[in-house]
Amino acid sequence: MQKSSRFVFSALCFGFAFLYIPILVLIAFSFNQSAITSVWGGFSLRWYTALFNNEQIIEAALLSLKIAATSATFATILGTMAGLALTQIGRYRGRLIFTGLIAAPLVMPEVITGLSLLLMFVSLQELIGWPLSRGAGTITIAHITFSMAYVAVIVQSRLSSMDQSLQEAAMDLGGRPTQVAFDITLPLIAPSMLSGWLLAFTLSLDDLVIASFTSGAGASTLPMVIFSKIKLGVTPDINALATLIIGTVSIGIMIASWVMFRQSKRN
Amino acid sequence: MSDSKRVLTKTYHQPLGDKLWRNFVIGIPYFWLLLFFLAPFAIVFKISFATPIVAQPPFTPLFDFTANASQWLLATWDNYRFLTEDNLYWVSYFKSIKTAAISTLICLLIGYPMAYGIARATSTTRNILLMLVILPFWTSFLLRVYAWMGLLGKNGIVNSLLMNMGLIDSPLQMLYTDMAVYLGIVYTYIPFMILPLYATLEKMDPSLHDAAADLGAKPWQTFIDVTLPLSMPGIIAGSLLVFIPAIGEYVIPALLGGIDSLMIGRTLYDEFFVNRDWPLASAVATILLIIVVIPIMLFQRSQQEQE
Repeated sequence: MQKSSRFVFSALCFGFAFLYIPILVLIAFSFNQSAITSVWGGFSLRWYTALFNNEQIIEAALLSLKIAATSATFATILGTMAGLALTQIGRYRGRLIFTGLIAAPLVMPEVITGLSLLLMFVSLQELIGWPLSRGAGTITIAHITFSMAYVAVIVQSRLSSMDQSLQEAAMDLGGRPTQVAFDITLPLIAPSMLSGWLLAFTLSLDDLVIASFTSGAGASTLPMVIFSKIKLGVTPDINALATLIIGTVSIGIMIASWVMFRQSKRN
Repeated sequence: MSDSKRVLTKTYHQPLGDKLWRNFVIGIPYFWLLLFFLAPFAIVFKISFATPIVAQPPFTPLFDFTANASQWLLATWDNYRFLTEDNLYWVSYFKSIKTAAISTLICLLIGYPMAYGIARATSTTRNILLMLVILPFWTSFLLRVYAWMGLLGKNGIVNSLLMNMGLIDSPLQMLYTDMAVYLGIVYTYIPFMILPLYATLEKMDPSLHDAAADLGAKPWQTFIDVTLPLSMPGIIAGSLLVFIPAIGEYVIPALLGGIDSLMIGRTLYDEFFVNRDWPLASAVATILLIIVVIPIMLFQRSQQEQE
């Protein structure tokens, strides 16, 4: 092996070890009988039992799933429209600001987004009496706002790399813009809309900071409950919860990439 | 799409339907982002000039139209004056920028060879490696930070391993240190560095390397003179994707950092949730926004160049 490729190979090994060892250790210790998190006391599922008996966690998980599903759906609709507006429609006034409004949420520090949305909700409430209270509804609006930017970027990259000839043919044949969009464009970008939805869903499920700012007294999402528990240190039932979440997501991603891999091979 | 074709197809459309559809597709997401992303910054700016009070909401209005002419404006510079006078905030801003910059550099040093290796791999291996980079990006950020708490703690796995091997006698203080914060940021943000780097490296024509080698360049010369300059867009995009959010990071310093790890995201969060001083938190956010606005504009430009 060449010297340079040996270096690249060891960098890859080191990098992936760095990425995966902490997660694998976490998963292993979720099956630990012992309550001391660094001592292996034999295999056990007791932390999973404890987890499913923890009503606060179950309730928070259901709320988070509800918020994630709703916000991902709206984010996909708005983000797809934004993606279309950025690629399919040529020049228009305010386009530069629009591209900025799509790019900025991707990198904006969460504390700024969270604080500014909260102050917006408070001001709106004073001005027009809406929103009446802060909770699941305001968290959902906040999540739509930042995740629609991610959807827009995914849809946009698919649209700009796509062969435009089908849409052009449809337009040449006299298709109206709405017809072309719904019959040709949307089916073509459906896979990227699906990955956008999934990304928006996981982003919402994972958000702590923005939800903490925009939530009211009553509503606690799953990350908020997890955070309040782990601030004080490691607890084995959170290891079990982490294993469940990471396991579900990993299996989902692996199936999705296997399906995509098979499809690309067939084409 | 060729321009002539676009002009040609345009003539087939009924102008009204076209225009309505266009306005609809642009207007709705535009309006949403203006209302819930841009306008809120104006409100943060406004409230940063208010005075905190014990009420709901906990700040004074800026205007009092019932007062006489000279006193109706209640805006105050006090919050900003307080920020400049108290050393804590200067230290926080400086430390946040420093932490974000060093973490970005470490991400680049680890991520670049990885992205390079992935881009040079055969197509099947490449797909698997890419999936392995993307996978952590989809799993919970909070839980990935949490994983390090179990590793680095006083009774954590690293300490018990080192003690069992007889390398140390008493546990090292690793959790709740600055080093743990760097580790946490690099660990959670590194996929954001690798992916844009991979995207530019993958597009690069391998024959450029052969040409450089044929002309007698050593591998490191080829790297410095050919690969590195050509991958600059990926380096810039990746670095900004790590640097900007890392400046305002709250979760990582709160869980892995010590009590003295004053990053501005944490200071802002505590100002808001612990001290309940909304106007001061707004002033902290306004200055943070001013710090990140230029990097964000650079990021937007790098995104547009990719289009």
